[in-house]
Amino acid sequence: MSAGPAARAWPAEGLARVPYWIYQDEDVYRREQERIYRGDTWNFLGLEAELPEKGDFKTTFVGEMPVVVTRDEKGALNCFENRCAHRGALLCLADRGNVREIACVYHNWTYDLRGDLTAVAFRRGVQGKGGMPLDAEPESQAPRKFRVEIFCGLMFATLSGKTPAIERYIGPEVAARIRRVMKEPVKILGGYTQVLQSNWKLYFENVKDTYHASLLHLFFSTFRLNRLEQKGGVVVGGEGGSHASFTMMKSELSGDEYERAGMRSASGGYALQAPQMLESVDEIGDGVTLQILTVFPGFVLQQIMNNLAVRQVLPKGVGRTELVWTCFGYASDDAKMTELRMKQANLVGPAGYISLEDGAATGFVQRGAAGASERSSFVEMGGRTVESNESRVTETSVRGLWQQYRRHMGL
Amino acid sequence: MDVELQLNIENLLSRYVHAIDDDRLEDWPGFFVEKGRYRITTAENFERGLPLSIIYADSRAMLLDRVSALRHANIYEAQRYRHIVSSTLVERMDANTVHAASNFQVVRIMHTGESMLFASGRYLDRVRLGSESGQAMFEERIVVLDSRAIETLLAIPL
Repeated sequence: MSAGPAARAWPAEGLARVPYWIYQDEDVYRREQERIYRGDTWNFLGLEAELPEKGDFKTTFVGEMPVVVTRDEKGALNCFENRCAHRGALLCLADRGNVREIACVYHNWTYDLRGDLTAVAFRRGVQGKGGMPLDAEPESQAPRKFRVEIFCGLMFATLSGKTPAIERYIGPEVAARIRRVMKEPVKILGGYTQVLQSNWKLYFENVKDTYHASLLHLFFSTFRLNRLEQKGGVVVGGEGGSHASFTMMKSELSGDEYERAGMRSASGGYALQAPQMLESVDEIGDGVTLQILTVFPGFVLQQIMNNLAVRQVLPKGVGRTELVWTCFGYASDDAKMTELRMKQANLVGPAGYISLEDGAATGFVQRGAAGASERSSFVEMGGRTVESNESRVTETSVRGLWQQYRRHMGL
Repeated sequence: MDVELQLNIENLLSRYVHAIDDDRLEDWPGFFVEKGRYRITTAENFERGLPLSIIYADSRAMLLDRVSALRHANIYEAQRYRHIVSSTLVERMDANTVHAASNFQVVRIMHTGESMLFASGRYLDRVRLGSESGQAMFEERIVVLDSRAIETLLAIPL
């Protein structure tokens, strides 16, 4: 029998240690659903551009809770639980579509696009017989409605009235780094899902971990896309929950730290036959070639040269996570720009030159720590606290995640 | 029915999957003409007309880069595929060009012994007859995956 979260104590070293039970414990997982996903957090739902027309809807998840996102007759965005008030069946079965109202297939109870119950089939019976009592209040079990806020075309939802406004939640420095990517209307270029055999937090840590990028992803460092001596930095905001790491195009340093350190990723002499794929355009105009950004608990925004994408991190059990990728460009792109973005899409996703390892690496931790629930990982690169840093040889944003997480979880 | 053409195309498809399943990845780009296109996408993206691919190459050079990255740069656990290809429909477009559509399933076998149905879908091919090497070669191969979900990673090409 596993000990409940109340019986678990965080290691005395604080943010510099992460106990392995946090990725393994069923009780922790259940408490996360309540305190994080249904608590005071903003959950990413997708891009506003996915729902351009009145009546458009999509289905997705907030934690494990299925939800419907709609654009109603007035053009406003809504999010509500994908659960009928009657017997709890899914209201929307399709991934996306356009509707005037939503009817549960089970007993044809109908809802408007804001998730309000509008009709109960045979509520007054048939020919004076049957039907519900006059004082019945089926609305009392209505699907829960979320607060929805849009920031730069990104849709977020929270069940809590206490969650601060989205921009304050993200923090000003990280919000500014969202703004630079979402600088104009976008168009969807496609998506896919990557299924990870690991706890969701291992993936979220991986995205925040700037230390691993040039060590695990050899493709990057070989082509000098993310050598640690290149200029860049890490910004941590939102009480630790949000972060942005970035790399500048031109390096003023000419270090050879990799070669001197004898790292595996320093293997030289590797050349591409078709390097045109890596010819990028400085379309934002600030020289930043790479930016990875997160917002707790499950949003990732990436700019990798001209490849732009959002990722939604969805927990699917203690040891399973789905990563929903959506790549996009700007509505103003011409065919040539779209082609460049599509070539650079080779860098990302489940077959990405610089990302395919991430899918496996989080699983290596899940498997490696299987017998060590009472031991901890060691997170002291760059110190033991949380702060923005000019160096990316740091785990500051990983510690930021745990600072935010522990506050929500009361751990 | 042009039996000889059917067998010619099926032979190309068979040689292709044997090269991948036998871990002769270096032979893989040679099944494409120099300006050959290769793309793995999902049925969802394909049917919605969205351009995103999981892997995309518009030249043999880009396929060679994929192989050298898999051999020298990318890190992934030892694994093999077993392709099953069937139901190939062949349509001649002109003297040198053939369209073919086939079904496939790919079993992925990990070094741990774990086997899983990793992918299923369609190959949509444009094949050039009597090209550079004298053999049929792909001008375009679109791999349309039935599912939008990929388990862990997709390293070896399909």
